[in-house]
Amino acid sequence: MEYMTANEPSGEGTILCCECGRAITPNPANMCVACLRTRVDITEGIPKQVSMYSCKSCERYFQPPTHWVKCALESRELLAICLKKLKGLSKVNLVDASFVWTEPHSRRLKVKLVIQKEVMGGTILQQTFIVEYVVQSQMCTDCHRVEAKDFWKAVVQLRQKVTHKKTFYYLEQLILKHSVHRNTLNIKQHENGLDFFFANVDHARKMVDFFMTVVPCKYKTAKELVSHDIHSNTYNYKHTFSVEIVPINKDSVVCLPKKLAGQLGNMSQICVCIRVTNVIQFIDPNTLQLCDMNAQTYWRNPFVAIADHKHLTEYTVLQVERINESERKFSAGHGAVSKKHLLADVWVMRTQDMGIVDQQYHCRSHLGHLLKAGDTVLGFDVATSNVNNKHLETVRQDTLPDVVLVRKIFGDQKKRHQKRKWKLKTLAKQEEEMSVDGAERDYLGFLEDLEEDPEYRKNVNIYVDRNKMVPVEASGSEEDEAPQISLQEMMDDLNISDADGEEIEGAAGGAEMMA
Amino acid sequence: MALRAQFENSSDVGVFAKLTNSYCLTAIGGSENFYSTFEGELSDVIPVIHTQIGGCRIIGRLTVGNRHGLLVPNTATDQELQHLRNSLPDAVKIQRVEERLSALGNVIACNDYVALVHPDLDKETEEILADVLNVEVFRQTIAGNVLVGTYCVFSNQGGLVHPKTKVGDQDELSSLLQVPLVAGTVNRGSEVLAGGMVVNDWCAFCGIDTTTTELSVIESVFKLGDAQPAAIATEMRESLLDSMT
Repeated sequence: MEYMTANEPSGEGTILCCECGRAITPNPANMCVACLRTRVDITEGIPKQVSMYSCKSCERYFQPPTHWVKCALESRELLAICLKKLKGLSKVNLVDASFVWTEPHSRRLKVKLVIQKEVMGGTILQQTFIVEYVVQSQMCTDCHRVEAKDFWKAVVQLRQKVTHKKTFYYLEQLILKHSVHRNTLNIKQHENGLDFFFANVDHARKMVDFFMTVVPCKYKTAKELVSHDIHSNTYNYKHTFSVEIVPINKDSVVCLPKKLAGQLGNMSQICVCIRVTNVIQFIDPNTLQLCDMNAQTYWRNPFVAIADHKHLTEYTVLQVERINESERKFSAGHGAVSKKHLLADVWVMRTQDMGIVDQQYHCRSHLGHLLKAGDTVLGFDVATSNVNNKHLETVRQDTLPDVVLVRKIFGDQKKRHQKRKWKLKTLAKQEEEMSVDGAERDYLGFLEDLEEDPEYRKNVNIYVDRNKMVPVEASGSEEDEAPQISLQEMMDDLNISDADGEEIEGAAGGAEMMA
Repeated sequence: MALRAQFENSSDVGVFAKLTNSYCLTAIGGSENFYSTFEGELSDVIPVIHTQIGGCRIIGRLTVGNRHGLLVPNTATDQELQHLRNSLPDAVKIQRVEERLSALGNVIACNDYVALVHPDLDKETEEILADVLNVEVFRQTIAGNVLVGTYCVFSNQGGLVHPKTKVGDQDELSSLLQVPLVAGTVNRGSEVLAGGMVVNDWCAFCGIDTTTTELSVIESVFKLGDAQPAAIATEMRESLLDSMT
């Protein structure tokens, strides 16, 4: 049996530690680790107890100077915040950091750090120690504003002073399609429109710009001084953007000012609005003349509708005589003429008078391509109505038509709704106590408009309604002629619907059905 | 006997003093404290001389010497040389050398019999060294350092070498020098040994920062205390015997 001699692998001898006399291998300080520890503390200058702030209501952590970050306990993000709070860490080499478990309710975080530092001419010391963080609660600026009830900086008041909300429904779809409402804090419904609240003026301004491009409207701005600091010269304002949409809807009958009608290519003053997109589109039912009116033109000399949806009466068509192009007479300097409509002489009778009063009305109509005997149409009874309109008074009585036909009725509204295989999304808004009678009817009217006008629905996202896929053979009844939206135009909705009703962009667009 | 001393708040006593068995040189300081330490211990036996070399106080690093002689660099003035001649015992030869490595104390380490020198030292200097100091000269390095005069200190009794010196190198050096060697430090872990201490056969002066442990190592390896540690004698014996055979 032999003893093994423990040779130093490096051949280096041992020396005595200059402090305690222990045999050690030589190092730059020529001291043993224990003695070195007693002489230098490499954690010096690093605080062992640090306070950090978290917001009680939103549970976010404060990341100086201004950020509030949401992070879970023992997450990497929280560790990053913790390490950033330590001041002296830049002077040492951080090797490792990890959380030590603490009771969540204790409002304490413990981080175990391993650091290295060069001491006494080249010796690198490594030390492990624990830093305790006291989590103090401080309300973040956002929550503070919510608590103080002044969380919005800017409001966009969108108004249209009409009785029914067709333009609004259309605008809502545009907003959803373009996700313009992404930055809103709150959307509130009002008697005549919607209020959009923003935390940032720029977001509000962006939305107003969007409105200006998609619907004919005008806006006014105002600002209210909330507070100001004379020392730092800072002012705190609340901005209000009041956007007013032109008070004319699709299917309104208007009487144009005489001068304007002349300027628009000698149109007759009585016109029907057939579409409201970024311009208002009127058609002259006597000549099929079209005119697009933008917001500027409208606001230069504004006018109101002489009849809208409410004032229309139901008529039954008795006879239709289409007028060929050659037989039409045009006034001098006429404007663009619609190619999609057909001019016709129509004899109608009030539906509710059928069999009681035998009075027929004759009128020219732009709906010649749709109408045939027996159809029901909505029209405005000019002859018997009592309208107070200063422009209408300028029209010669003998040139006024008895009836202005506005739109054809394709079957019962309820039945059509049951057969509808598609749906739209809606904005999540804070409803106010208000009269909702007719709101349902207006909405269905809007859906019908979409069905009847392909150009109108171009800007709207239409989703397949999977809950209401009616079997095709079930609808073999008399109302087959009612226009419908083909499956190609619909999108498949994603089921990941946000609580805010926020549209998940791209995903829905990508799922467009190509039937 | 090992003592602690300091020169004007500096613990590098080896820089400001030169100690041999027949004389002691000290630098001229602001106060006489440093000189007094040496004088109190040595004046009965050997002369303690105030001096400067070329107007510098760092005489310990500029000169090299032993019982037989003293070498000074060419920066030393005639006046200084004359003063040294007058003060030193007659038996001590003094010689000025023309050497490029003029800090002779840093490049040469010697006792009364052997000298270790910087590998690049002039041939002429080597010859003068052998003649004047009456020593055998070896060109060596200590733990990879060419400044042998800085990183090792030895007397006729024993020696202290740089702490990083390998065991094999220590054995080799100790068989060259014929004295036991040990790796160690002075001034609380400083490896600049010759800067931190001066030693002769019966006395050593260390910097004020030197710890008790270091002092006890120094006393035992230079055999300065009354009690001779048996351990070192037995440990070193092998290498001593080895070199003799």
